[in-house]
Amino acid sequence: MIEIRNVSKWYGQTQVLKDCSTHVAKGEVVVVCGPSGSGKSTLIKCVNGLEPFAQGTITVDGISVSDPKTDLPRLRARVGMVFQHFELFPHMSVEQNLVLAQVKVLGRSAEEAVARGAALLDRVGLREHAAKFPGQLSGGQQQRVAIARALAMDPICLLFDEPTSALDPEMIGEVLDVMVELAQEGMTMMCVTHEMGFARKVAKRVVFMDHGEIVEDAPTNAFFDAPASERAKTFLSRILHH
Amino acid sequence: MNYHWNWGIFLEPVKSGDETYLDWLITGLGWTLAVSLTAWLIALCIGIAVGALRTTPSRLLVMLGNAWVELFRNIPLLVQMFLWFFVAPEFLPREWSLWVKQDMPAKEFITAALCLGFFTSSRVAEQVRAGVGSLPRGQHDAALALGLTLGQAYRHVILPQALRIVIPPLTSEFMNVFKNSSVAFAIGVLELTFQARQMQEDSEQGIETYLAVTLLYFICAFTANRVMALIEARTRVPGLIGKPA
Ligand SMILES: Nc1ncnc2c1ncn2[C@@H]1O[C@H](COP(=O)(O)OP(=O)(O)OP(=O)(O)O)[C@@H](O)[C@H]1O
Ligand SMILES: [Mg+2]
Repeated sequence: MIEIRNVSKWYGQTQVLKDCSTHVAKGEVVVVCGPSGSGKSTLIKCVNGLEPFAQGTITVDGISVSDPKTDLPRLRARVGMVFQHFELFPHMSVEQNLVLAQVKVLGRSAEEAVARGAALLDRVGLREHAAKFPGQLSGGQQQRVAIARALAMDPICLLFDEPTSALDPEMIGEVLDVMVELAQEGMTMMCVTHEMGFARKVAKRVVFMDHGEIVEDAPTNAFFDAPASERAKTFLSRILHH
Repeated sequence: MNYHWNWGIFLEPVKSGDETYLDWLITGLGWTLAVSLTAWLIALCIGIAVGALRTTPSRLLVMLGNAWVELFRNIPLLVQMFLWFFVAPEFLPREWSLWVKQDMPAKEFITAALCLGFFTSSRVAEQVRAGVGSLPRGQHDAALALGLTLGQAYRHVILPQALRIVIPPLTSEFMNVFKNSSVAFAIGVLELTFQARQMQEDSEQGIETYLAVTLLYFICAFTANRVMALIEARTRVPGLIGKPA
């Protein structure tokens, strides 16, 4: 589903992605972790073309992201993305947040979009909040709305960039629950996260990045039981004893 | 002070004609409003577009936007009035130039409204650019990630937020439009300042005249301020009171 091959990227003189290759097969969950500044966000934003990259190729469902002939908006409409800071549109009600792209991008009718939005809100347990504005919701509720917004586009895969790291601890669970459910239903997901419990539960593989490099790309159990590199070991011990 | 006060002067007829001085001032107020409101409309349309262009990833668009802003904000408004009125028509094709000089209806008004509109648009563009720049980058990313085109992202996500943020600075630009419109008298628009000068010379009651005109300008600017405050209240986003988006 997602194929990342030999991707390199520079910001001016500094190389922030170094020859990165990995993949996410259909129905798989892959967790990406690594220290701050290691390039996780940059890599995941390359997948839907939010960040350009200088070398390598990324294909999603067989379509090249960096090919100038690719209709990027159309591709992005099929790839959901959930952000660390939710990025709901604060000037729109929850319902409008869910409806906007369905109508403008997919061309659905307003009624259809509202119905689809309502069904997804229900699914993330926020049915009564449709008329509220993002600023009136807790962080955990906002992130669940953001997931519903991504799902409303009927995506073929979802990208998550640290979806729980801006949340208070008591709200992390409600968001992870939704994500676990999605994974168990067979959604293809690439998740940047440091929630190792989540990784153990649903991830097929764990990708460990450091200084723009993919240092390890291993099946989940192998990664946790016996990380191959010193860097991953240090990282894991730091994060698990946190 | 040896001044002969006469507050009744406004109801007296002018020296040559059957109008009163009050009629003159009302005509003046009408032109002031017409020039200012037309200019403000032009300034908003162009200013928002140019301000948005200056935040796009396209170097060319950013350069064009910057050029527009620098052009209009670095020349005194009065000089711009003269440039548009006396100089610009010379650069038109011959027939147009003749038409503008001889037949164009409401030539002074149109020139003044365009000139003031362009001038103000550069200032609006500057505010809009700052407003867009103050939004978190994630909003732009989230809009594009949903499959919106850049144009749709600006239309539905970025500008609605940026404009809310810049209502306070836009308020003072709106007030400035009324004040700046007085420069239009220099090219012969029969607006308030023009009428005031005429009334002062005709009636020799300069103090009453300018006090009345001052009050009228004050009311215009103050009303502009209240209208913007109303818009600000009406567009306020629930749950965001006092904090930026
Ligand atoms: N716009 C930019 N210009 C220059 N350098 C940048 C820019 N954005 C990111 N970087 C650099 O790229 C590197 C990778 O950043 P990235 O945000 O991908 O890291 P990350 O792994 O997501 O970190 P975090 O865990 O803090 O989110 C960092 O060293 C960062 O400083
Ligand atoms: Mg990051």
